[in-house]
Amino acid sequence: MEIVQLFVYGVLLGSIIALGAVGVSLTFGILGFANFSHGDLMTFGAYIGFLIYTQLALPFWLALAAAIVATAIVAVAIDRVLYRRFRQRQSIVLLISSFGVALILRSLIQMIWGPDTRLYETGITIAERYWGIRIKDDQLLIIVLALLLVALLHGFLSYTKIGKAMRAVADNADLARLSGIDTERVIMWTWVIGGGLAAAAGVFLGMDTRLQPDMGWFLLLAIFAAAILGGIGKPYGAIAGGFVIGIVMELSTLVLPTEYAPVVPFAIMVGMLIVRPTGLFAGRST
Amino acid sequence: MDLAGLYGYLIFFLSFAGIYAILALGLNVQWGYTGMLNVGIAAYFAVGAYASALLTTPASPNHLGGFGMPIAVGFLGAMVVAGLVGAAVGLITLRLRSDYLAIASIGMAEIIRLILKNEDWLTHGVRGVVGIPRPLDGIIPGYDALLMLGMIVALVMLCLLANQRSYRAPWGRVLRAIRDNETAARAMGKNSFLFRLQAFVFGCAVMGLAGAVYAHFVGFISPEAFDPVFATFIVWVMLIAGGSGNNYGAILGAVVIWGVWSGTEIVIGRLPDEIVTQAGAMRVLLIGLLLQIILIARPEGLLPGRPPKPIVKP
Amino acid sequence: MTLLALENVCGGYGEADILHGLSMTVAPGEIVAVVGPNGAGKSTAMKAVFGLVQLRSGRIRFDDADITRLRSDQIVRLGICFVPQSDNVFPTLSVQENLEMGAFIRSDDIRPQLERVFELFPPLREKRRQSAGTLSGGQRQMVAMSRALMLEPKLMLLDEPTAGLSPKFMDQIFAIVRQINRLGVAILMVEQNAKQALAIADRGYVLAMGETRHAGTGAELLADRHVAEMFLGG
Repeated sequence: MEIVQLFVYGVLLGSIIALGAVGVSLTFGILGFANFSHGDLMTFGAYIGFLIYTQLALPFWLALAAAIVATAIVAVAIDRVLYRRFRQRQSIVLLISSFGVALILRSLIQMIWGPDTRLYETGITIAERYWGIRIKDDQLLIIVLALLLVALLHGFLSYTKIGKAMRAVADNADLARLSGIDTERVIMWTWVIGGGLAAAAGVFLGMDTRLQPDMGWFLLLAIFAAAILGGIGKPYGAIAGGFVIGIVMELSTLVLPTEYAPVVPFAIMVGMLIVRPTGLFAGRST
Repeated sequence: MDLAGLYGYLIFFLSFAGIYAILALGLNVQWGYTGMLNVGIAAYFAVGAYASALLTTPASPNHLGGFGMPIAVGFLGAMVVAGLVGAAVGLITLRLRSDYLAIASIGMAEIIRLILKNEDWLTHGVRGVVGIPRPLDGIIPGYDALLMLGMIVALVMLCLLANQRSYRAPWGRVLRAIRDNETAARAMGKNSFLFRLQAFVFGCAVMGLAGAVYAHFVGFISPEAFDPVFATFIVWVMLIAGGSGNNYGAILGAVVIWGVWSGTEIVIGRLPDEIVTQAGAMRVLLIGLLLQIILIARPEGLLPGRPPKPIVKP
Repeated sequence: MTLLALENVCGGYGEADILHGLSMTVAPGEIVAVVGPNGAGKSTAMKAVFGLVQLRSGRIRFDDADITRLRSDQIVRLGICFVPQSDNVFPTLSVQENLEMGAFIRSDDIRPQLERVFELFPPLREKRRQSAGTLSGGQRQMVAMSRALMLEPKLMLLDEPTAGLSPKFMDQIFAIVRQINRLGVAILMVEQNAKQALAIADRGYVLAMGETRHAGTGAELLADRHVAEMFLGG
């Protein structure tokens, strides 16, 4: 039963990683660079949620919505102010810049909210037992909301013109431009989606664990691993990759000491890059 | 601050700048010559520091070591161990495209940091290694700090010479050929992977040396000293600000950016107390902003070298 | 009346020029084939029309407007569509989605044009929900050309449409090119398959070393001995 319990925890962790990985996969696929600030966008979302829910004592739904909207706006703003200037440059410049953005976000968060650990709610919630598995109401809510967001994403990508355009640009950016697709608009929506989902992931992470200025950065490696596993530029692959990584990470605690948990996604990622760089579901390798 | 204090501070400042200059020179071989983005500098810095520390400190129940080796052996050991770790990492990751190489290198750095933090038997974990001997202490009484600085400067010059020589040597020419046109270089029978690996290992060894110097300069190390901001990111800013691909640029960048960093410490230290608690975060914010400004306004740096070309197709 | 005119165009991708004073015209509703040996600059000429090549000198005019300095996304809006030789579909998108993306800049109802495209290519109607990457080479070419057709262009640029296809499919593609042309679309086609291309073309140009060596109607060029010499076995 221990394995099933860990599996459930893996699904929980996986939902969070999946939501983060979608954003990374899309920005990597459409903008062409590994965004090292994605984790800190998650952290930003988590703290906005903290502001609205804990500090202003407003309803949770409002906090989540505010976090998503605020982070989407910040992500687009960063692109307009910074990354847009580097569009013609090598992807490495964007990577380096994003590393700097990560530090800027993290230090701003620390300056505003302080370096200490925060919690959305104080007090201990008792875990319920469903069919022999321990799980808290909060955790169930995270999984349900994550699935809901995935469904919304699917709707957006499959049924809206700009969503299809996003998939088109991720597939073949050159052809997209040749067809007259407005790549700047697609890029803007990529940041909206990426930032919004990152915010949700951050809020969920804060709900499940705690809030610290480096909470998102800590998960970044796992998020990259999931995106690479699923194939860069393939949002559904990233989601699948997220769940795989989450589950494997939790199950690995059976054999590995918990401090070494970050090694697992890293090992999977390196393995993937060497053996099958296009990901499990043929994405882009370059 | 009185004159003596200023003098002491200047020596301290230049010593640290020198250590960072060595790091920047090591990075220049990887990034400037060969276009390999090493985001895991902290790992080699740390490995070199710990290697030298463990080799030279007396026996202790807290950590592995007790070899009590002379410091020169420590320095050499640092370079060898850092080079070996670099070789292992390079074998795994150097065939990857630049972005993936960056992600993999930071992953490796994290793993090494985890090992240093958690393997208490080896490193005494977060409590660190103390009592690392200072070289040249006591040779000329009263001039310890100045002698140390002199040694650091000499090492910087040595690394500079090594870099310049290797750049002009046939080896360096092959590297440049690979950087500029890999397919052509390959067609001439040059094993580009092997050359890149050599450059990578060379750079890591230099970073290991910087770590050893750091360990013996400060006398105490712990995993906290090697975090991604102060041991990786800042070196990036230094090389970019100074001029990627240019060895003098690397040194200049180290001095300038270390100057900015120290300057922010002084400025923020004079602010009211409530703000000072957030001083650390504020300084990181400033460095992050500085990098963006440099990337926008003068990405080639103060002393432009040949611009590095990252690996596009392995 | 000329639809497209290249006037003394010189340019290339970097330091060296590939095109050396190239001149060409296409009249409305014509099929023009551009043939020549490898490295003659055929694809480069086509890409130059679409704004993908740096031109050092010369002019390109379309519908009496100077389009020399325009970017691809601006040129698309003028009524020229480009079908690249390879990587010319969105592999994970369905056939229908590929077509919808082709019509991205249109804000009107695209269903009539979709219908027309499906009539032209019945297999595509069948496979409209299938992802384009899973189609056969010939069907993928159909999707590639249909994507361009969705904008109801005045001129279609085809870069080696039969490259990598078996002879049976080659015939199919050339037949399709004629069908598209009957819709009123002018076609500028670069082809390795000189004989067949010239056979369906109204006019043709034979390029070598970045300039025009021979020009004439399709029939004239086919009969020309000099042209035949250039293509021993082509």
